[in-house]
Amino acid sequence: MSKNINLLKAEGINKCFGAVVAAKDINMTIQKGERVSLIGSNGAGKTTFMNMVTGYLKPDSGNIYLKNENITFLNPRTITQKGISRSFQIPQIFEPMSTWENILIALGTSQKNHSYFKNARSKENADYINEILSRFSLHEFAHRQVSELPGGVRKLLDIAMALVRKPDILLLDEPTSGVGAEEKYPLMDNIAKALSVENLTVIFVEHDMDIVQNYSERVIAFYQGEIIADGKCDKVLKDENVQEFVTGKTPKRAK
Amino acid sequence: MPLKLLNNVIFQSIFLMSLLIVVGIFIPNWLVFVITKAIAYGLVGLGIITLMRGGLVSFGQGFVFGIGGYTAGLLGTQAGLTDAMLLLFISFLFTGFIGLIIAPLLARYRDIFFAMLSLAFSMVLYGILIKIDAIGGSDGFVLPESTYFGISPSPEYADYILYVVSILMTGVVSILLRYYYNSTPGLIALAVRENELRVEYLGSSAFNVTVLNFTIAAGLGGMGGALNGIALGHIDPEFTYWTTSGEFVFISILAGYLSVPAVFLAALFLELVRSFSGRYFPDTWQLILGVFLILSIIFIPSGIGSFFKQFFDKFKNK
Amino acid sequence: MIDEILTIILDGAIYASWLFIVALGLTFVFGVLKILNIAHGGIYALGAYSTATLVPIFYSLGMPDQLVILTMLVSALAVAIVITPIMERGILRRFYGQDEVLIVLVTYAIYLVLEDVQKLIWGMNSLYVYEPRELLGALQFGSLYYVGYDLALIGLAIFCGLLLWLFLNKTKSGKIVLAVIHNPEISGCMGVNINKVYLAAFFVGAFLAALAGSFTAPLISVQVGISVAVVIESFAVVIIGGLGSIPGAVIGALIIGMARAACVHKLPEAEIFIMYFCMAGMLIFRPKGLFQGTQARKI
Repeated sequence: MSKNINLLKAEGINKCFGAVVAAKDINMTIQKGERVSLIGSNGAGKTTFMNMVTGYLKPDSGNIYLKNENITFLNPRTITQKGISRSFQIPQIFEPMSTWENILIALGTSQKNHSYFKNARSKENADYINEILSRFSLHEFAHRQVSELPGGVRKLLDIAMALVRKPDILLLDEPTSGVGAEEKYPLMDNIAKALSVENLTVIFVEHDMDIVQNYSERVIAFYQGEIIADGKCDKVLKDENVQEFVTGKTPKRAK
Repeated sequence: MPLKLLNNVIFQSIFLMSLLIVVGIFIPNWLVFVITKAIAYGLVGLGIITLMRGGLVSFGQGFVFGIGGYTAGLLGTQAGLTDAMLLLFISFLFTGFIGLIIAPLLARYRDIFFAMLSLAFSMVLYGILIKIDAIGGSDGFVLPESTYFGISPSPEYADYILYVVSILMTGVVSILLRYYYNSTPGLIALAVRENELRVEYLGSSAFNVTVLNFTIAAGLGGMGGALNGIALGHIDPEFTYWTTSGEFVFISILAGYLSVPAVFLAALFLELVRSFSGRYFPDTWQLILGVFLILSIIFIPSGIGSFFKQFFDKFKNK
Repeated sequence: MIDEILTIILDGAIYASWLFIVALGLTFVFGVLKILNIAHGGIYALGAYSTATLVPIFYSLGMPDQLVILTMLVSALAVAIVITPIMERGILRRFYGQDEVLIVLVTYAIYLVLEDVQKLIWGMNSLYVYEPRELLGALQFGSLYYVGYDLALIGLAIFCGLLLWLFLNKTKSGKIVLAVIHNPEISGCMGVNINKVYLAAFFVGAFLAALAGSFTAPLISVQVGISVAVVIESFAVVIIGGLGSIPGAVIGALIIGMARAACVHKLPEAEIFIMYFCMAGMLIFRPKGLFQGTQARKI
């Protein structure tokens, strides 16, 4: 076996929704420690791919492997337990609770052998939560109800919760969507800083090409369910097809 | 230090329990009986708020209430087992076991479908019970007098002794439940209520949480049914009827899921309204109940438990 | 043997018709307002009571016998006109958009209130209005005799179902209602007066409940407690058919009607719980009922 471990491997993935092809013969391998961004216009199949990796959708054919284990037909919970965490385009957080409690729950779900009679607000849990809070600079929001927090903070919390489990792979679904332009870079800096602690493998879906350029080494471009380019960031962004179908820099489109 | 003690669940419970036991000596017998019945109903309500913490409301707790009642009753008449504490405990275990068996079936459903399926279960049981003549059909049957550690109390003290026993057993159950609510799995249940999908994506099973909560609710409902049967000295299929289940939901909505004592307070309120209107306005007790239910949903949507919680939170912050 | 089968089918059809009229209103109200209305059974009882009150008055006026049907319609209409503003405008409107289970509880509370209102107005005595049932004479099928009025109920059920279905699918107002069922927010943005649609839909539902009560009154003794069974039975119908579906209500009513009639003749012990059995079975194997698709959650 090669020295580079294929952390995640997708083989011949196909998926259709009726007549719409959401994934067509997708092959991809991702190595440990890579920062990969998935780009493509809306409906290109990025989110569908993410949903298949995390078990929310099942491919019509093809297989997905995590550390050489076939995870194609596992459910989201089991896949999460095996080491793939994700964040969401619309933050999926527990609205009436505080930031602190949200992370406490994320921490609780990551622990094994729960005691039913031991208070969850224990000292060791509190210490770990504080560590997460400071890593994501969320301290000032710790005891505020999350439904009242600004968009960027909600996004950050959503990612922080995914990270509590210490996953092998972190999938970020449009981490900067729904966040104001001036907030985007501070948010991405914050995320990058928080993620740099471990040698984490990160795959993220992103529409903002500047962010893609700044925060990822490898880019995979999707168009109509197919991968049309895969490689180093600069190379992919200069690719003709990518410019035509994804970034839209050459005004060659019919409309 | 004293403040810390006041915040201690066990201290609070022991204080409340002793207070009730002492008060019980001085209050009239009918009130002792009403409180005992309120405890029985409160136990079922406690089960529903356990489910509510996980985002579900059962409209069919009459199912477990009836199973608990009939378990205690049949053990009394058929097996000659009359020890009240033992009957309560066995009913708790047995009904919890039944709950564990049907929970996987119910745990796949949410919202109104969960409510309706649980209702269907209770009504099937009702239909069966009124048809079995061997156990009295729709008339039910009379339970033998209860004993305590082999001693049968003289009739004038029987109510009070059952009252004390029910307070003690309910106190223990409530303390255990409070510990469960504050534990990690208890918190995850609250998270399931808010966002099941996220709980799954964090790696926990919403299904398992629901099965556990349903099993606990079943056990508590069974214990409540047994207590109600023993207190009344009689059991009939009405225990499982949907209007009985409706009263349990009333208690839990009035109480809210934020506080354990609030459930018993709500149950006591229900029982007091029932006995007062039964005495003075026999034709309007449902009307009063309905009006109270609407008013409480409008004005205290989180239940009276939210006042308790606010009170104690203020206390803690001082 | 053939007689027995025919009896089961006719008994079942009569029972199903009655159930269908009640369930039609219930399922329509759920479809539009997303409210599973427990108080529907209470409105049914009010319909029966008001008929039991008005029909004797009608006879005392000495009008032609056939017009009694009109009186029954009027009494159902009167109930719907009185109850709709109180329930929909007065109470339910406060809870739109909230948790469905909570709204079920609110309607349960209203149901409790209606129960006692019946006692307060009409007392504990039973009322009888058997006269309309004699209106249509009897019909003979082989060796079986059926009361014409009972069979006419089948016609009434078909009429009500068809009328509502045609209204929804063939008229402009009906299409507006369908749009509201599909997406109230967007319909509202497009200029549909949602509140009016809700009010009208609730009125139709209440009228159907009262109508069922009104036409059942001659078959039963109208007394305290007639609504309890109706609630559960009509629930079972809509759960089996799928909440909010008219064809579902037809199938649900037929399943329960036939199953019950078969039990009455073949297995009387099971009569009481056969419908719960059907309902539980359906929920286990097809939790959203026969006529309802599943909705995927978007993430």
